[in-house]
Amino acid sequence: MNQLVYLIPLLPLIGFLINGLLRKSLSKSVIAIIGSGVILASFVISLVLFFQVKSSGGQIINYFNLINLDKLVIPFAFQIDQLSSLFLLIITGIGFLIHLYSAAYMHEETNEHYGRYFAYLNLFVFSMLLLVMGANYVIMFFGWEGVGLCSYLLIGFWFKNDNYNYAAKKAFIMNRIGDLGFLLAVFWMIAKIGTVNYTDVFAATSNFSSADITAITILLFIGAMGKSAQIPLYTWLPDAMAGPTPVSALIHAATMVTAGIYMITRSNILYSLSEVTQHLVAIVGLATALFAATIAIKQNDIKKVLAYSTVSQLGYMFLGLGVGAYTGAVFHVMTHAFFKALLFLGAGSVIHAMHHEQDMRKMGGLKKYLPITHITFLVGCIAISGIPPFSGFFSKDEILAAAYAKNPIYWGIGVATAALTAFYMFRLYATTFLGNFRGSHEQAHHLHESPSAMTIPLIVLAALSVVGGFFNVPEVLGGHSSLHQFLSPAITSEVVHEASHSTEYMLMGISVAVAVIAIVIAINKFSKKPELQDAQGFAKVLENKWYVDELYDNIIVKPLNSLGSFFKNIIERRGIDGMVNGVGKLVNYSARQLRLLQSGLVGGYILFMVLAIIVLIYVWINDNHILSFFYKYF
Amino acid sequence: MVPVWLILIPLLTGLVSFGLQNAKAVKAWALFSTIISTTLIIAGIYFLNPSSLQFNATWLKLLGSNFSFKLDGMSKMLCLLTAASFLIIFIAINKNEYKNSKSFYALMLLMQAGFMGVFTATDALLFYFFWELALIPAYFLCSMWGGEKRIQVTFKFFVYTFAGSLIMLCGIIYLYFQTPNQTFSLESFYNLHLSNKQQYILFWLFFIAFAIKMPMFPFHTWQPDTYEQSSTGVTMALSGVMAKMGIFAVIRWVVPIFPEAVNHFSNIVIILSIIGIVYASLIAIRQDDIKRLIAYSSIAHISLMCAAIFSQNNTAMQGVLIQMFNHGIVVIGLWIVADAVEQQVGTRKLSELGGLAQKAPALAIFIVVLAFANVALPLASSFIGEFLMLSGLFQYNIIMAAIAGTTIILSSIYTLNMVQKIFYGNTVTLTEKAVDISGNIKIALTILVIIIIVLGVYPQPMFNLVK
Amino acid sequence: MPIQYYIILALVLFCIGIIGVLIRRNAIIIFMCIELMLNAANLLLVAFSKMHNAAATANNTNVGIEGQLFVFFIMVVAAAEVSIGLAIIVMMFRNVHSIDINFLNRLKN
Repeated sequence: MNQLVYLIPLLPLIGFLINGLLRKSLSKSVIAIIGSGVILASFVISLVLFFQVKSSGGQIINYFNLINLDKLVIPFAFQIDQLSSLFLLIITGIGFLIHLYSAAYMHEETNEHYGRYFAYLNLFVFSMLLLVMGANYVIMFFGWEGVGLCSYLLIGFWFKNDNYNYAAKKAFIMNRIGDLGFLLAVFWMIAKIGTVNYTDVFAATSNFSSADITAITILLFIGAMGKSAQIPLYTWLPDAMAGPTPVSALIHAATMVTAGIYMITRSNILYSLSEVTQHLVAIVGLATALFAATIAIKQNDIKKVLAYSTVSQLGYMFLGLGVGAYTGAVFHVMTHAFFKALLFLGAGSVIHAMHHEQDMRKMGGLKKYLPITHITFLVGCIAISGIPPFSGFFSKDEILAAAYAKNPIYWGIGVATAALTAFYMFRLYATTFLGNFRGSHEQAHHLHESPSAMTIPLIVLAALSVVGGFFNVPEVLGGHSSLHQFLSPAITSEVVHEASHSTEYMLMGISVAVAVIAIVIAINKFSKKPELQDAQGFAKVLENKWYVDELYDNIIVKPLNSLGSFFKNIIERRGIDGMVNGVGKLVNYSARQLRLLQSGLVGGYILFMVLAIIVLIYVWINDNHILSFFYKYF
Repeated sequence: MVPVWLILIPLLTGLVSFGLQNAKAVKAWALFSTIISTTLIIAGIYFLNPSSLQFNATWLKLLGSNFSFKLDGMSKMLCLLTAASFLIIFIAINKNEYKNSKSFYALMLLMQAGFMGVFTATDALLFYFFWELALIPAYFLCSMWGGEKRIQVTFKFFVYTFAGSLIMLCGIIYLYFQTPNQTFSLESFYNLHLSNKQQYILFWLFFIAFAIKMPMFPFHTWQPDTYEQSSTGVTMALSGVMAKMGIFAVIRWVVPIFPEAVNHFSNIVIILSIIGIVYASLIAIRQDDIKRLIAYSSIAHISLMCAAIFSQNNTAMQGVLIQMFNHGIVVIGLWIVADAVEQQVGTRKLSELGGLAQKAPALAIFIVVLAFANVALPLASSFIGEFLMLSGLFQYNIIMAAIAGTTIILSSIYTLNMVQKIFYGNTVTLTEKAVDISGNIKIALTILVIIIIVLGVYPQPMFNLVK
Repeated sequence: MPIQYYIILALVLFCIGIIGVLIRRNAIIIFMCIELMLNAANLLLVAFSKMHNAAATANNTNVGIEGQLFVFFIMVVAAAEVSIGLAIIVMMFRNVHSIDINFLNRLKN
């Protein structure tokens, strides 16, 4: 089986090459089959690998040396262990469903763009696979940048629209800010211990000072902030909605944003050694969770709500990482992948039916037109709200329990966020599916359920969202924490918190009760009277996302631009080039002045001759002093 | 004999092409010449007897200067870069029409001969000779073909670099008198025991000449003007190969001869380089002209190489060595794209362009790959180089590495800006009638993209070459 | 007579020559001043030669009279120079009808 490991990333790469190079000559169905087929094949291999890892543990497979210098050896190697094999399943599994869905969703595109779309999608999966399979930070960085590239290409997929292009560029640049942090962390490791392999780094933690570890983990976390859209680098993710909807599903559920969680989980040994960083991670995660949830409440674009919900849920995961509940975070990645992919694809189905209308205020009452989408979407909403026994409940509960053990305030804010989550999700649900249809007659006429290629992934994902939680039922509820046990070889620094069963029951009860209350309020409030008018007052601040984009624009983008202009127009033109040209002008000027000496008057020439002779005689008499000056320096 | 032939082939074919009448024949002849050169250097690297890579003959016995050449690792790589670059340049500009094309191609070949001489010479006088020999054809190429302000700009370029060279000549002559038996050979320069004070002065004599050539902040102002005004074929050679002459010369003629001075001044040079990185990147963000944008981007990248050299660290040095090659390849690709856009649309102003991807999809794919190579994305060869350079710089000083590292953010801003403004969005009146690139440009760009990706995934052959 | 007298005389002659060259504009006067300077040099040569010769005869050593020979050389050269110079001045007078050297500025510009 090990011989097949390289096929997992290679197959999507081949799919990328075929679809990318031959897209003009292949028919759409062939493109779709190749595009989804390679991912399915990778999924099958990953599944086999998963069970192999489960029975016989992980391993590292070396292929060749990427960099082989005297002091620095960076192998191109894959590490297949519990953590990466789990992520492989999520990426390829969800990825496959999204590919399948895309085959129908993107069918209106011309052949060329259809092929381009699948090529990008395959490349995206390839990069993400590289990211999780790499056995060192550099290979991870390959995938890390690769997903940045693919998100750029896919967000700007409809490149005729300039706003989309700006969103794509923004995503890439924000990611790059984080990437610099990641790179510096890698350099730090190289400088201190000369290796970047996970096993070597984790074995050599004693060679780091505690300041080193704090610096490395914070720098890595900056990388994660960019990729996983945490404060302050989160603003690209909502804008990334510019891409086709299945791409959003891919970015938000299976790939890209989970990269930061994966990386920190992978480095759990380092993170557990730095108390400071752990606090930082938890606080940033919590702040992001709450902040994004408040924004989500007032968004009217169906995809924007989901986007902010992703940012918020990612905040949860970082809270989990910060309090040492690594498995909880990974578990939430998994369940979140199920229900967020479901929600995005459901939203895609709605948008498809509404002919690319994304404003919720123009929807309503879609329940009866889109029955399958409606049911599956509802499942997704319940799951994300954390209602038992849906999957979101278990993963969220695990993070909240760990947060409570660390600091009850964390838990309190977490529960408040959970209530907000339930509120905005059911606001979305009620506005979209309940009530009366508010769109135009033409749209009403065309409303129809999506084709089966789109509904099948929805049904599969809905089923997973329901049962996904049972992979890791905590002991307090009579389970075995199976995911916990499975991941324990890869996550050695898990903080095990001991709490009495009664406390745990109480925590669960409170969070569920809060969520239910929020749901009831939301349905009551929005099913009959959705918010149609523009927001006022504080709501307007929320609707405008706390004006963070404007803030960044004013404090970073504009000053940088004006600095650039200043350099270009003043320093460069007047200063440096002015100096260089000044030398030229000086020569020119002095030549012009000296030319005046050439008066043509013989008397003048003779005068100069005489003066020169006098100077020469003077030099001759004092030659020791003058010449020794030259000898001294040359 | 290989190094001599590497110089003689372009020299002789260049002289011959002055006499050819037919424009097509000249193009074919130049292409033929570069194919021979490329084959020869590849053969020299992989197949020929190592003893054939050296050449030694008495030349100016009276002066103690020998006609001696040697192909060591770095020279091999740079000669390969020179030969391959000119091959790709000649393929890419094959469809362009130049007035008096026989002189154009002849001068290009003569310039190639100069480059080869610079990269292989192991005698200071010979080195200086070729250093100037490369400049003279460059002067004529820039002043005879190109934009409206070319005469003025080329004059500045020539005087500026020439002034630098003269300072270096003073240094060379001084070193010559320091050698025990009055010789110009590189080896005897290496064996000199210079006092610190001597090193400090001589260091600047040499370094300023090379810094102008690279060019490095604040000696760079000739470069954007020259790159903008000269015809793009020439610009490719200038930025792809000639800029590497400066880096090469620092590694060969400064670092080993003045180790104490390098140590002493490394801080100053690195700080200047880092200022150059940020400064040039910020200016590139605000550029409206494609060629000027690429020119400033090139300054930023070259500055990083310079900073890495002076971090005096093996990792960084390896990075610089392979980055010289990678940067040459990437930047030539960018120039080819810039040229293709200009030929198609007739303007280089970003504000007047847009939507070209709809009209020229193949070109759009190439530019995306090249753009991401320019921002040093992994899987592109330049990532390996920048990674090693920044890593080495990090070991020198963390803060400096962090500031230099902003290049990965800033470069993505200006590069993506350029790609977006040219290729994305809706077509404008100028791009309405554009068509896709012709076959020869496709071939040239395909070769470049393959080199970029292969070396990005498996850079070891390059490391082995420069070892 | 002490040598100093000769030196001072020569210096005075030489300075008169220089000043004449500098301040007069008549080419012929300048010419004469140049001759004056040459002759100041000649005078010095003869004076030194005589001085050295006298000292040498006292010591019974053979010292030549190269200094005085040089004077003849200079006189010959000066004669040649005068012939060419006067020819130039004649040509100049024919062209510009003046021998004021300030009219000799055609090479300017």
